[in-house]
Amino acid sequence: MDAFVLQLLNGLDKGGAYALIALGLTLVFGTLGVVNFAHGALFMLGAFCAVTMQKLLTLSVKVKDPGVTFFDAYKEIPYLEVWFGDTGKAVIDYAVPLSILLAIPVMLLIGLVMERGLIRFFYKRSHAEQILVTFGLAIVLQEIVKTAFGANPIPTGAPDAVAGSAAIGEWLGLGAAVVYPWWRLIYLAFSLAIIAGVFSFLQFTTYGMVVRAGMQDRETVGLLGINIQRRFTVVFGVAAVVAGLAGVMYTPILPPDYHMGMEFLVLSFVVVVVGGMGSLPGAVFAGFLLGVLQSFASMTQVKDILPGIDQIIIYLVAVVILLVRPRGLMGRRGVMES
Amino acid sequence: MNSNFLRNDMVLMAVFTLVVLTMPIWLAPIGAGYPDLLQKIAIYGIFAIGFNILFGLTGYLSFGHAAFLGVGSYAAVWTFKLFSMNVVPAILFGVIVAGLFALFIGYVSLRRSGIYFSILTLAFAQMSYNLAYSVLTPITNGETGLQLSQGDARVLDHALGIAQSGLPTPSFFGMEILGWSGFYVCAVALIIAFFFALRIFRSPFGMALKAIKSNQNRMNYTGFNTRPYTLAAFVVSGMYAGLAGSLLAVTDPLAGAERMQWTASGEVVLMTILGGAGTLLGPLLGAGIIKYFENIFSAYNERVLHDVFSGLPNGLEQIVVSFTSLFVGEGWQLTLGMLFMLVVIFLPGGVMEGFRRLTKLFRRDGPQSPAGAAQPAE
Amino acid sequence: MKDLTTSVNRRSLLKATAASGLVLATPTIFSRGAWAQNFANDPTNKSSVTLGFNVPQTGAYADEGADELRAYQLAVKHLNGEGDGGMLQTMKPLALKGNGVLGKKVEYVTGDTQTKSDAARSSAKRMVEKDGAIMITGGSSSGVAVAVQSLCQEMGIIFMAGLTHSNDTTGKDKRKYGFRHFFNAYMSGAALGPVLKEEMGTDRRAYHLTADYTWGWTQEESIKNTTEALGWETVATVRTPLGAGDFSQYITPVLNSGADVLILNHYGKDMVNSLTQAVQFGLKDKMVNGKKFEIIVPLFSRLMAQGAGDAIKGILGTTNWNWSLQDAASQAFVKSFGQEYGFPPSQAAHTCYVQTLLYADACERAGTFYPCEVIKALEDFEFDGMGNGPTLYRGADHQCFKSVLVVRGNENPSSQFDLLKVVKEVPAEAVTYDPTIFGGELGTCG
Repeated sequence: MDAFVLQLLNGLDKGGAYALIALGLTLVFGTLGVVNFAHGALFMLGAFCAVTMQKLLTLSVKVKDPGVTFFDAYKEIPYLEVWFGDTGKAVIDYAVPLSILLAIPVMLLIGLVMERGLIRFFYKRSHAEQILVTFGLAIVLQEIVKTAFGANPIPTGAPDAVAGSAAIGEWLGLGAAVVYPWWRLIYLAFSLAIIAGVFSFLQFTTYGMVVRAGMQDRETVGLLGINIQRRFTVVFGVAAVVAGLAGVMYTPILPPDYHMGMEFLVLSFVVVVVGGMGSLPGAVFAGFLLGVLQSFASMTQVKDILPGIDQIIIYLVAVVILLVRPRGLMGRRGVMES
Repeated sequence: MNSNFLRNDMVLMAVFTLVVLTMPIWLAPIGAGYPDLLQKIAIYGIFAIGFNILFGLTGYLSFGHAAFLGVGSYAAVWTFKLFSMNVVPAILFGVIVAGLFALFIGYVSLRRSGIYFSILTLAFAQMSYNLAYSVLTPITNGETGLQLSQGDARVLDHALGIAQSGLPTPSFFGMEILGWSGFYVCAVALIIAFFFALRIFRSPFGMALKAIKSNQNRMNYTGFNTRPYTLAAFVVSGMYAGLAGSLLAVTDPLAGAERMQWTASGEVVLMTILGGAGTLLGPLLGAGIIKYFENIFSAYNERVLHDVFSGLPNGLEQIVVSFTSLFVGEGWQLTLGMLFMLVVIFLPGGVMEGFRRLTKLFRRDGPQSPAGAAQPAE
Repeated sequence: MKDLTTSVNRRSLLKATAASGLVLATPTIFSRGAWAQNFANDPTNKSSVTLGFNVPQTGAYADEGADELRAYQLAVKHLNGEGDGGMLQTMKPLALKGNGVLGKKVEYVTGDTQTKSDAARSSAKRMVEKDGAIMITGGSSSGVAVAVQSLCQEMGIIFMAGLTHSNDTTGKDKRKYGFRHFFNAYMSGAALGPVLKEEMGTDRRAYHLTADYTWGWTQEESIKNTTEALGWETVATVRTPLGAGDFSQYITPVLNSGADVLILNHYGKDMVNSLTQAVQFGLKDKMVNGKKFEIIVPLFSRLMAQGAGDAIKGILGTTNWNWSLQDAASQAFVKSFGQEYGFPPSQAAHTCYVQTLLYADACERAGTFYPCEVIKALEDFEFDGMGNGPTLYRGADHQCFKSVLVVRGNENPSSQFDLLKVVKEVPAEAVTYDPTIFGGELGTCG
């Protein structure tokens, strides 16, 4: 039972990340009809917003280490700490949550520039060409980050207050041994909140309703004299922000490096397709489903029966679902089928 | 009209053969005239040409073709280990096994179309890769890759009394496949593969495939069962991949799992689109460009750059070298990424489109260049 | 352009000569004089000798590769008599004179392995076929090292391995033409054993998380043998997919397994991630069976410690070399490297630098670049003054035997580079083993 609860939480947590990335991807598919291979790079850029924020906050006085003579080794004391003492320390400690404030405008800007500067010229081009150009863009973004920050992962910790574990075992009456890191619980809650936010934006605002209408039938909406194009550009910006925030909040779990986007790229495509093209709830549901299944497949009890199952579970599930349900879990007929 | 086409194709084949066989000479000035790179260009050229038979003609975008390449490699190395160092059975076996594997995956995946098909092929390939890397290590030798060893059975060689001291080298009836001879084996294979692709493009079968691409539904409505055609195209392109994979093993008898990773599948997609999907020569060009970047651009280091720019005044040289070094050596992928973007932004239809525009410029009303005969993807 | 053709397997020279008449195609302009040499890329008639530095420049190990390249460039400088000479001042015995190797200036070419066997072999072939390299060195993973090593065996080119820690490199997959200075998983285990006993006692229950590929397995086996010899119980050994990213599903079962030690057989990014996440799950501060829970990372490096940040503090592991060592040789190397680049070298940089010097010195002692003679000069060569104390290049498996460092993540670093604290320098005798235990055959030369 303990193991079950823990693996469920692991799965939901992973699923939260998958769902957030897939959500943006499927939004862009659904609105602009563009296969965006640079979406993983947006996730990565979000994570590097957190890195940048941390670097800014820890700009330091450098005290040279007298024991080292052949090069400059120094102990770094952040200015914030020098000037503001414990208050400064606390601010630095909250670098990751604070970088949300940085990530929202930055990612929105990146999204808008990307859409206006490049993506819009590719609406009518073949999917193959969209793949080539966005893949090229992803490589370029990645290499720029590598030049600036190096290839090594960069540690970005969660605030001390939530660095420990929550005693969920006691809450649920399972005993004290069942604990779960606070930050992962926060990540789960955060991803649910963002998903809810995106859905209510599309569901309950007039703006969102027009966007949804445009997803269904772009031409008719256009004929009604609505500038659907501009709204779709905004949607691309929103998708970038969602991917970016997913990246920011993931940094304490996965120390970011320039290549992390590529690793999530394939996975997020699988999630989107399993969910069904053009379906937002499908993408979210598939994200959580695959996350949870991946966690359970990694349990030793399962691996003893099916060796190596944790290596392939995601793809196996994808194959089975796509063969049973032609358009994924909730896909619409005719979207990206040819 | 028809005989005209034929004559054009014969000219094309003759020119193609000549150009491929003389690659060591005309590629030398740009630093690509050495066996390994030329082998790689020929092999990945075969891979991309085969991929294009599926993608360029039918529009089905497979994201898992590297699995067939990998399976072909494993099959070829196992043939070397178990039967004979002769390359003929290795190639045959590699092609057949890859074809069977493609038949299975194609049969399942072709039940879906569009992106659903792409993800199905991707999923199969990733499963193959992950398993080959870990659980299947007894068959694949995992991370280290499948290699020859002195203790291998090699039943046929032993029966025929062909013994070798030390690690054996693949051979073509006594001729060892090393360096240049390796290239010529690949070159001949490339020419044959290209010839078959040309025949497929021109055949009624190829026409049917193109029709499927332009509108599969309409084909189905007319009572034309498209599935056998797409499956045949899938298997043929899988066999091309198997050929490429076994040639990789022939020129260098080692087979590693990473050949099946999604990045490898992605690479052949990029090669094809970069060169020009649906064109005959495009995929080969794309393969050449990407392999050239990977091997030559990555080899420039600051010392080489200093030599290149030594004519410049001192301060300027330093600036130029530091700037250029961002794009070569460890930055070679940046250049490749920018190239992808530039080509697709300015030349929809890939590099072949560039050639077409050039020819158009020179001969306003002349016939189209035969190589660019087909239309770009989708 | 003459060098283009020298991709010849020395074993098949005669056959190839016969065949080349037959091969329709080898254009004569490329083969002129090619078969007249008796080994690949013989530099006898040239004023310089070319070495091939094959390192990861892209992918997860790009930073490590960049550091390796810096070390190589430094080594070339020192060999050619430029700079302050680095370890040439401390190496004993020393045949090199600081005028290149055998009077020839040392040149080099570089390439990107991408940490992929295929790419690494392509790159090595280019260096040999096109650039005329006479020796290949570098790399940052065992899969690549083994792949390139066997290629070099086929081509008759000496391979001086860079960072590779698997027992296989000089065990099951050893080759006559391949040499490794870096230590291996067996040595990590042997060195850790006494320290673990001292710090954690003999009554412990260990849980292994192991990267699911050959290097991970050999390390798991070596460490398991060591800890079980101490009397520890192995609770479970769980394999994790390479590049899993999030390891939470493998870490939570540890919580209630009754284990009180977690051993992470991961390297590079996998290690950074799994360690960060294990610490996040509170494993570092946990009490189990009345004992403090411990995490061990048998192999780590300063670059990885940097990536793991605070998580590495207090964690035990082993390393081949660390810049904080105070012996004259290490200091000489740190000085040259630090003054050249402004920061200290990594263990990867150290092993690559040493390998280059060792190769060059062997050529000088052999009096020729002919690989078989150079191999003889390297085999059973005993030296000192390279930062690891007295060292033996054992002829039976081409593995260096030298002291191994047991290190701990520094709790209170005095600078941004002061991440590892040396707990113990385990002498070579304690980590030496019988070369036959891993099987494999070197093969022959010539």
